[in-house]
Amino acid sequence: MTSLLELQNITIQFGGLMAVDHVSLKVEKGWISALIGPNGAGKSTIFNMISGLYKPTSGKVFFNGRDITGYKAYKITSLGIARTFQNIRLFKNLSVLDNVRIGRHCRGSSGLIGAIAHFPWTKAEEKEIEEKAHEALRVVNLLDKKDELAKNLPYGEQRRLEIARALAADPVLLLLDEPAAGMNLQEKQTLMQMVQNIREMGITIMLVEHDMSFVMNISDHVDVLNYGQKIAAGTPSEVQHNPDVIEAYLGKEIE
Amino acid sequence: MESIIGFFNDPYINQVLTLTGVYLITALGLHLITGITGQFSFGHAGFMSIGAYTAALLSLHLETPFIINVLMGGLAAGLAGMLLGFPSLRLTGDYLGITTLGFAEIVRIVFINLDITGGARGLAGIPRDTNLTIVLLLAVLSIICMYRIHDSRFGRALTAIREDELAAEAMGINTLLYKVKAFAIGTFFAGVGGGLYAHLIQYLNPADFGVSRSFELLNFVVLGGLGSVPGTILGTTVLTLAPEFLRFVKEYRMLIYSALMVTMMIFRPHGLLGGVNFRKLYLDLVHRRLAQLAKTKDVGGKQQ
Repeated sequence: MTSLLELQNITIQFGGLMAVDHVSLKVEKGWISALIGPNGAGKSTIFNMISGLYKPTSGKVFFNGRDITGYKAYKITSLGIARTFQNIRLFKNLSVLDNVRIGRHCRGSSGLIGAIAHFPWTKAEEKEIEEKAHEALRVVNLLDKKDELAKNLPYGEQRRLEIARALAADPVLLLLDEPAAGMNLQEKQTLMQMVQNIREMGITIMLVEHDMSFVMNISDHVDVLNYGQKIAAGTPSEVQHNPDVIEAYLGKEIE
Repeated sequence: MESIIGFFNDPYINQVLTLTGVYLITALGLHLITGITGQFSFGHAGFMSIGAYTAALLSLHLETPFIINVLMGGLAAGLAGMLLGFPSLRLTGDYLGITTLGFAEIVRIVFINLDITGGARGLAGIPRDTNLTIVLLLAVLSIICMYRIHDSRFGRALTAIREDELAAEAMGINTLLYKVKAFAIGTFFAGVGGGLYAHLIQYLNPADFGVSRSFELLNFVVLGGLGSVPGTILGTTVLTLAPEFLRFVKEYRMLIYSALMVTMMIFRPHGLLGGVNFRKLYLDLVHRRLAQLAKTKDVGGKQQ
């Protein structure tokens, strides 16, 4: 059986800096998989390589057994990998609904002619886009804010809107880049429930997160990075007791 | 009624209004490129001139019907826009602006040096086929097109590129392709405007399509409020009519015109209609009307 996502020895170099150094990892279908590590460990860089924003210097990315290394980002999204961003990148001056409708882009096909001529099938597609957008907004509990401008939402809701926008693309694999960053305890609880609901919809989730209790409570599998190298992998409890991980986070005892 | 018809029949008024319409069609093209997609073009007049010369030369040499010539002018400009777009839309911001500026200058110099365009003497004797009715019709058609584009999957992709290009790419939008499409459509409108211009002024000179004309077109789009169709209409109308109204101050005309521009930018930096949501205003109005209509219908039903 092939894994949903498999990274084989991916490496990326920025000038002399080896940001990610021969990392291999797997994400199986149905998992909530976490990628953790201290600041600058290369977590977001790996996300950028999976989603096609960066091209690995060497190594390969397989999605559903298909080699997607070096594919353009828009192509990867249409194959079924959607993502959110660590530093929120919403379309700020557009409405909440429009943000999510744009997220649906890769599942549509009407172009300029359809836009001007208003064919029956264009209208049908518009309707379908709207319905799907409503559905995605319902998942993150933002449907009642659909007409607000994205920039006017409070921070926690902006993070949730990013998730709705990614969900609108009907992803198989959802990449969440620090979804809980800057949230208070209660918001984190709600988010955790949402992530679990999304998994129950049949979407596999991979997330980068700093909040340890969040990661340990929710994940089936954890990969740990430090200085661009993978130092551990396993279930949350295995990882928690791994001496290398403790060293990376807390430092080494002086003998 | 008589006086209104008389007003529009006045040759001077008629000419000014027709010219405003021609500029409006051209400016709407730039609105799509800059206002909606967020790509700065400083060479829109260059594309206008491609359309103008193409249409004029077809009229003079092949004597094909006027509307066909104008359409061909638009297609020629759109094709040029597409060819320039593929390599240069990989650039962003200032660099794209400089490239388009350079392109418009190249076009101007080519037209000065070609024999068929009459060189620096210009191209004269173009038939006067453009009239107010045709221009108004095409302008209204262009406005409808812009609204429909804006409110579609295609238009939303363009707005997404303006808002955040990287996020747009991650949402599955082929940003380069969409930018090129927007550029091609925008320059098509410039070409149509150019074709109409040629058949209105009846004389073309490459000097008419220089850098200053490009910036004038950009002013039309920015002054009214970038990204807004009503803004573009207002900006174009005000800036085309202002120099006419300012004729009485003679040589100080352009001075006052410039002062007005500067004042404008200080007091309303987002344009006259920047930040005004016409859609919302309109929808509110429609809702109120519908409620009113439902009421009267109710009353009517009871009377029967």
